[in-house]
Amino acid sequence: MTTPKPRTAADRVALARNPLRPSVTDYIDHLFTGFFELCGDRRQAEDASILGGLAFYKGTPVTVIGHRKGKTLEENLRMNFGMSSPEGYRKAQRLMRQAEKFKRPIITFIDTPGAYPGIEAEARGQGEAIASCLALMSRLTVPTIAVVTGEGGSGGALALGVADRIFMLENAVFSVLSPEGFATILWKDASRSQEAAEIMRLTAQDLLTLGVIDGIIHEPPNGAHEEPASVYLALDAVLTRELSVLCAQSGDALRKSRYKKLRAIGNRKEAL
Amino acid sequence: MNPFAQKKIFLEALQALRLKKKPKETATKTDASVCPSCKESFSKNALEKSLFVCPDCGHHFSISAQTRLDMLLDAKSVRFLNRRLQGGNPLNFPSYEAKLAALRSETGIYEAVVTAVGKIGGVKVVVCVLDSRFLMGSMGTAVGEKITRAVEYATHARLPIIIFSASGGARMQEGILSLFQMAKTAAALERHADAGLLYISFLTHPTTGGVTASFASLGDVILAEPRALIGFAGPRVIEQTIRQTLPDGFQRSEYLLEHGFVDAIIPRGEMREAISRLLALHGRTTA
Repeated sequence: MTTPKPRTAADRVALARNPLRPSVTDYIDHLFTGFFELCGDRRQAEDASILGGLAFYKGTPVTVIGHRKGKTLEENLRMNFGMSSPEGYRKAQRLMRQAEKFKRPIITFIDTPGAYPGIEAEARGQGEAIASCLALMSRLTVPTIAVVTGEGGSGGALALGVADRIFMLENAVFSVLSPEGFATILWKDASRSQEAAEIMRLTAQDLLTLGVIDGIIHEPPNGAHEEPASVYLALDAVLTRELSVLCAQSGDALRKSRYKKLRAIGNRKEAL
Repeated sequence: MNPFAQKKIFLEALQALRLKKKPKETATKTDASVCPSCKESFSKNALEKSLFVCPDCGHHFSISAQTRLDMLLDAKSVRFLNRRLQGGNPLNFPSYEAKLAALRSETGIYEAVVTAVGKIGGVKVVVCVLDSRFLMGSMGTAVGEKITRAVEYATHARLPIIIFSASGGARMQEGILSLFQMAKTAAALERHADAGLLYISFLTHPTTGGVTASFASLGDVILAEPRALIGFAGPRVIEQTIRQTLPDGFQRSEYLLEHGFVDAIIPRGEMREAISRLLALHGRTTA
């Protein structure tokens, strides 16, 4: 057996985008029971790129929300390849408020290239929709756990990521913009995306070091799709452990420590 | 130019606007500026008198944070907050520190936002002004931190906050840490809102990306300067994605007003008065 070459950040970007990776529907099937999907933002439309609903996690009712890209071309088109419109973020807000009303913990699964850049999305307030998600998540009085399972692209990913605990799969990435977008903005050359990926510090290990996330879920050697069962098992253990800690805290305490945590990001000596 | 002399010109110009009088013409032909919209050229002096609004076509020139504060606040009322606060280079991005140092000496400010306490018509407020000369007014850790501290100060001191946005969004050079400044600033504003305090978001050209998708969209009242570009995705990105030319006026202030995302479009000459009125409307009743 030869020792595998160390994985580069660009390799992880490719793995994070692998269509065979487990998606939010797989996680729901394997970690939760009795899933009941809830649709629509009650204002404009249903956005299939964000899946939301209720389920039991080990007997406790929870709200599950996650991006989905779809597995067939037909699904990809219906789900806009995981690029959400304002309706998707507003549906997420509706389900979060509802979770708070019924005191249910919220678990989010993040996997999106970013919010959809389109005329209708702008006309209906893409910026406002994401901003309101951030504001709402920062103030929720129920436990929230976010798991970046694939691509954590920009504001569209952060909209589901302002949580008490943030975990990333080992080969997931989370970044200010896609490496292609980053290379376009800074070097006016999208073909330098691999170079961008190396410099952006977007891997799970980078984010752990930067103090942005709380932990890493390990994957099999060739990625989560190789043996998804091991990933479900690892994630299950983390969810059980963290929920038991978070559910013991009052709503006010949750809010306060979430703010304290956000407040600390970027304030380490390497940044400020 | 002497800042006091400039401030005097602004105050006279505002006075003249109120009285619907034409300001005195003392234009010198030295250092002329060309209006990017109608291509007419004006002396710097004439532009100052018109608050950097094109006297011919009404185009609002981009202005520095300091100029904005001079136009907005009562004379001698300003006190800066965290003026020297700076960020680091978390990605070790090549030549980022040198770029920041060059911008600091060029603009005279330490980062892309200036935060201050001051008075408008005698009412104490906290003001943040993004400066588009500084890396497109982009938000990295220092900008996020300065805005958050200003909001926290306002919450603690029970003051209204006004944020003037002019930004390309989250700052690429600081990566994921820039992205999380969106959440941090939004969270601080939620606490300010919970305290029952007023937040006026004033959108100026251009306001895009992660700034639109965080604090800029969260005002109790959202105002915009005429014809400012305001959106989440930049027009070029949208054109590349949908492969269509964008309609005229798309993502401009007037478009946002029509679609329900801003309360009013306020030309620069009316800015101080409009904000004054809003502050009065949020003051304690004096019955």
